[in-house]
Amino acid sequence: MLQDKDRIFTNIYGLRDKSLKAALKRGHFDGTADIIGKGRDWIINEMKASGLRGRGGAGFPTGLKWSFMPKEVGERPHYLVINADESEPGTCKDREIMRNDPFTLIEGCIIAGFSMLAHTCYIYVRGEYVREREALQLAIDECYEQGYLGKDNKCGWDYDIIVHHGAGAYICGEETALLESLEGKKGQPRLKPPFPANVGLYGCPTTVNNVESIAVAPTILRRGGSWFAGIGRQNNTGTKLFCVSGHVERPCTVEEAMGISFRELIEKHCGGITGGWDNLLAVIPGGSSVPLVPGADIIDAPMDFDGLKEIKTSLGTAAVIVMDKSTDIVKAIARISYFYKHESCGQCTPCREGTGWMWRVMERMATGHAQKREIDMLLDVTKQVEGHTICALGDAAAWPIQGLVRHFRAEIERRIDEYSHNAHEVRPVLEAAE
Amino acid sequence: MAKLKVDGNEIEVPDHFTLLQACEEAGAEIPRFCFHERLSIAGNCRMCLVEVKGGPPKPAASCAMGVRDLRPGPEGQLPEVFTNTPMVKKAREGVMEFLLINHPLDCPICDQGGECDLQDQAMAYGVDSSRYKENKRAVEDKYIGPLVKTIMTRCIHCTRCVRFTTEVAGISELGLVGRGEDAEITTFLEQAMTSELQGNVIDLCPVGALTSRPYAFQARPWELTKTETIDVMDAVGSAIRVDTRGREVLRIMPRINEAVNEEWISDKTRFIWDGLRTQRLDRPYLRRDGKLQPATWQEAFAAIKDKVSGTAPEKIGAVAGDLAAVEEMWALKKLMAEIGSSSLDCRQDGAMLNPADGRGSYLFNTGIAGIEDADALLIIGANPRFEAAVLNTRIRKRWRIGGFPIGVIGENANLRYDYTYLGAGTDTLSDVAKASEGFFDALKKAERPMIIVGSGAISGENGAAVLSAAAALAREIGALADGWNGFNVLHTAASRVGGLDIGFVPGEGGKSFAEMASGGVDVLFNLGADEVEIAPGPFVVYIGSHGDRGAHRADVILPGAAYTEKDGTFVNLEGRAQVGSRASFPPGDAREDWAIIRALSAVLGKTLSFDSLAGLQRDLYQSHPGMRSDRVEPAAHDDVLKLADRGGSLGAGSLGSKLGDFYLTNPIARASKVMAECSRLARGEHLEAAE
Repeated sequence: MLQDKDRIFTNIYGLRDKSLKAALKRGHFDGTADIIGKGRDWIINEMKASGLRGRGGAGFPTGLKWSFMPKEVGERPHYLVINADESEPGTCKDREIMRNDPFTLIEGCIIAGFSMLAHTCYIYVRGEYVREREALQLAIDECYEQGYLGKDNKCGWDYDIIVHHGAGAYICGEETALLESLEGKKGQPRLKPPFPANVGLYGCPTTVNNVESIAVAPTILRRGGSWFAGIGRQNNTGTKLFCVSGHVERPCTVEEAMGISFRELIEKHCGGITGGWDNLLAVIPGGSSVPLVPGADIIDAPMDFDGLKEIKTSLGTAAVIVMDKSTDIVKAIARISYFYKHESCGQCTPCREGTGWMWRVMERMATGHAQKREIDMLLDVTKQVEGHTICALGDAAAWPIQGLVRHFRAEIERRIDEYSHNAHEVRPVLEAAE
Repeated sequence: MAKLKVDGNEIEVPDHFTLLQACEEAGAEIPRFCFHERLSIAGNCRMCLVEVKGGPPKPAASCAMGVRDLRPGPEGQLPEVFTNTPMVKKAREGVMEFLLINHPLDCPICDQGGECDLQDQAMAYGVDSSRYKENKRAVEDKYIGPLVKTIMTRCIHCTRCVRFTTEVAGISELGLVGRGEDAEITTFLEQAMTSELQGNVIDLCPVGALTSRPYAFQARPWELTKTETIDVMDAVGSAIRVDTRGREVLRIMPRINEAVNEEWISDKTRFIWDGLRTQRLDRPYLRRDGKLQPATWQEAFAAIKDKVSGTAPEKIGAVAGDLAAVEEMWALKKLMAEIGSSSLDCRQDGAMLNPADGRGSYLFNTGIAGIEDADALLIIGANPRFEAAVLNTRIRKRWRIGGFPIGVIGENANLRYDYTYLGAGTDTLSDVAKASEGFFDALKKAERPMIIVGSGAISGENGAAVLSAAAALAREIGALADGWNGFNVLHTAASRVGGLDIGFVPGEGGKSFAEMASGGVDVLFNLGADEVEIAPGPFVVYIGSHGDRGAHRADVILPGAAYTEKDGTFVNLEGRAQVGSRASFPPGDAREDWAIIRALSAVLGKTLSFDSLAGLQRDLYQSHPGMRSDRVEPAAHDDVLKLADRGGSLGAGSLGSKLGDFYLTNPIARASKVMAECSRLARGEHLEAAE
C-alpha cells in the first residue's frame, strides 16, 4: 500500500484549504524555477526515467511524447493542450484534481510547456464540468495574481493558460477531435498522420496530455524520476488515481501504487464488495471502453497496464467498475453500447453504422429476443468495426461486447433459451382497428 | 520519388502520392467513396483500406496515407502494401456491409441506378445477403433548391458535397449536422442552395442522395446516347457531354478537360436543356401585314431575294450573336463579301476589340490553367463568378493555396474569395497606387501578375481607353515577361473570339453594329443576336433557334439549330478552337445555320463555293489553320504593348460587369423554365401557391 509520504495529490478530497497559499505550504511550486533552470533535456530525461505512462487510457510514455515536439521553435508557435474532457463512464479522477488540487496541474502545465517550448497552454474542460472549470479558473487567476503565470513570472518561463469549456461530447476527448473542437469546428477526429506533434492546434506543433499525466510531473521532477520508478512494477511505475465505482461498500477515488492487487485495492479503500467476495460477478477495470473480466480472474491480478493485459483487458483510465451478482450483465453492456452509439461522431462508416447495429442487437440479447447464431454475428460485427475506424471510438465500442461474449456467452444463451421457452405464454394480440 | 511494393510488384511513384494513387499506378484497383482527386481528403468512408506490412495489425486507409509515411523494413527492404490479402477483403466486405445496412433497397426507382458507385462496388465487394435484421434508418428529404433533388435516406455520409461547396464553390451551404447514426447532410436551415455551381454535387454524390431535379425519373443512363461536345453558355468552352434519347436532350454533364473546366460546369450549362424544347423556331416566318406568319422556305428566301436585290450592297449588313459557331459566321462573312458589303460585326455588346490589333489584344492570354501559376491578380470591370463561373473556380483554387493577392476595380461583389476592393470607376484605374498602395506594391512585386479585363468594361465610349489603360498597367507591373503574358480579356460570349479570329468585324468603309442597328443599313442579317435592340427601319433577316427578342424584331425568320443540334467550332476565351458535335436534330423545318446561309446564297445568285460542312471547314482552315486543332497558340506580347501605347481618355464612370441576370443571358436560357426559377430565387422572389 502506498505510504502517505509518497502521495502526489495531497488534497484530492478537498478536505484542506484549496487556496494557493495553502498549496504553497503543501509544497507546490517549490523550486519550479530550479527545475526549469535545469533545462529541457534534463526534464525530458527525468520524465523518461520515471517510466510515467500517459494516464488518459492508452498508456503512451509521457517523456517520449514530450520529446516528439520539434527541438526549436520555427515559424509556428508550440502549444500544450490539456485534455480535461474526462467523459469515459466510470472515470472521475481529473475532476478531483481540477476542483481540489488544481495547482498540481497548473505547475505541471508550466514545466511541460517549458520542456516543449510552448508559451501557451489550453485546458479543454468537459462541458458538464462547470464547478470544476470554475475552481480551475479561480486557481489560475490566483496564480496570475501571485505571479506564477503570465509574463516574467516566478517560474522563469513566460506562460499563459487558457481554460476552454467544451460543449459536452465524449468524442472531444479524442485528441484530434479535441483540437478540432478547440479551433471552433465540429469535434470530429482528424486523420493521422500528420500527428499533432507536427501539425496540431491551428496547424502548429502541439502535445495533448491528460490532466493526471501533467499533474504528477512536478512532483516527479522534484523527487526524481527514480523515486517514481521505484513505485510499482517494471514498465508500470508510479502512483495512479483509481476511481472505484459500482458494487463496493465505499466507492472512492484513491491514489495508489501501480500494480496493487485488485483485492487489496477494494479491501483497503472501498470496504470490500457488497455482499462479500463471493458475490463478485465481473469487473470493468479501466472505464467503459475496456473488456470486462469475471471477478475470479481479476481478484489477484495486479492493477497495472501489463497485469491487466494478461487477462485480456486494459487499465485504461483506471476507472474500476465493480459489478456484483445482482447485476444484469447483458443489460449493463447493452447500456454501454447505447452510450457509444449515442456518442459516435458519425464521420466514418464502421462506427457510425456499426455502433447502432451492435446496440440494437445487444438490446435484444438483453431480453433474450435473439437467435444463438446472432452471438457469433455480433462478434463478427465488432471485429468489423474494430481497427477500421479513424479514431479509437470504434474499438471502444467493440471491446465491451467482445469481453461480454468471451466470458458470459453462457448467460446470453441461457436468456435466449428462456425467452423461447416462454414464447408460448398468452400475450395480448394486436388487432388492426376496424 | 519513392519506391514501394504493391502486391509484390515494385513501383516508383512521386513522393506526394497517397497509397491509393500508388496502388492505382501499380494496377491494383482500390474501391472508394469519399476520396475525390479535386477535393480534400476526408478518409471517412473506409472503403479504401489496404494492408501495410510492418504497420499496426490493422488495415490503413490508403486515401489518407502518403507513400512517404511508409516505413522500410528492418533490413531496409522496400515498404510493402497489399490490396488482395484476406485482411483487406474482410475489411472491404465489412465496410460495404455497414454502408448497405441503412441504405434503402430502392435501386429500381433510383435515378442513380446504372451509374451508382455504391451499386457497382456492392457488386464487386459486397456479399449476397444481409445479416441486418433491425429496422433501417429513414432520413427526411430536404428541399435544397430547384436543381438538386435529395433522397437523404440513400446518403452514405461521404461528405463530398460538403467539401465541394466549401472548397470549390466557396460557400458553406451544405454541412453534416448531428452525429453518429443521426448525422445528416443539409443546408442547415433548409434553404435553397445559392451557388451557381451547385449542380456539380450531383455528379460528386456517389449514390442517389443528390440527383438532378429536372432530370428526375426521365431516363436510365443506358438508354441515352452520349455525345461529347462543347458548352456555349459562356466563353470558357467547358467540355460537356450531351445525353439524348431520340431527338430530346435529357441532360448535360461535364467532361474532364484539365486545361479548361477540370470537371466542373456551371448550373446554366448543366440545366439549360429544357430551354432547348421551348420557344423553338421550327419553320420559317414572314412578316405580312405587320404580323409574322408561317411561311415556306421558298417564300422566305424569295422575300429576302426581293429585298436584297433592291438594296445597294453598302446598305446591307450582318451581325452575329453570342452563340454562333465559327462555321456559320464564316459562311455569312463569305456571303456578305459576295454581296459586296463590308458591314459585319460579331460584337453586339459593342466591345472595343479589333482583330487588327492582333490576337493578344483580345485573348485570355494567361490561359485558364495558367491562373494556377500566377501570383497576383487584378480584376477590372468583371465579375468572373457569373461571367465565367468555372474559370472563377480556378481563381479560387489558386487563392486557396495562398500568396495570391487579388484586387478588384468595378463592382464590389461576392466573388467567393477575399480581395482588396480598389474602387468602382475609371478614376481608380488611372491611379491604382492611390487606391491601395499595399496592393499595388504586391502587384508590382509579383513575378507573374495577371490582369483580367471584363468585356463589360471595354464596351461603350471609353472602352478602347479602358482596354489601353489595362494594357499599360500590365506593362507597368511586369505582366509581360518572358514566357508570361498576364494580360487577359474575359469574354462572356462563346462566339466572340471565333468571330474576332475570322475577322467578322466591319471592313473598309463598313459599319459597326451600333451604326447598323440604328438605321445605318436597310437589310440586316441577324445571326442570333438577341441581346440588343434594333431600331425600326432595316429589314431584318433573323437566323436563330429561339423566338426571342431578335425573332420578334425580324421581318423574315429562318429557323436555325441550337448548339446541341449542329457541328460547329467554338473558340474559347483563351483562343482554343474546340469542335462541338451534333447530339440531336433541329426541330421541324429548322436547319443548321451554315446550310441555311449556303441555300440562301444560291437563291441570291451568289452561290458559295462549298456545299458541305467539310467543304466549308476546308475553306476555313485554309485561311485560319489555327481552327484545326484545340491547341492554343500564344499571342505576341507586342499586341498588348501596341494597345498600351494607344492611350485615350478614360472619362468618368464605373466599370461594372454588364452581364445582367446570370441565369438569363441568352435565348436558350430565357426559354428555360428551370433557369427562370433559378433567376427568381437568386432575386429573392418567392412564389406562393394561390389560396
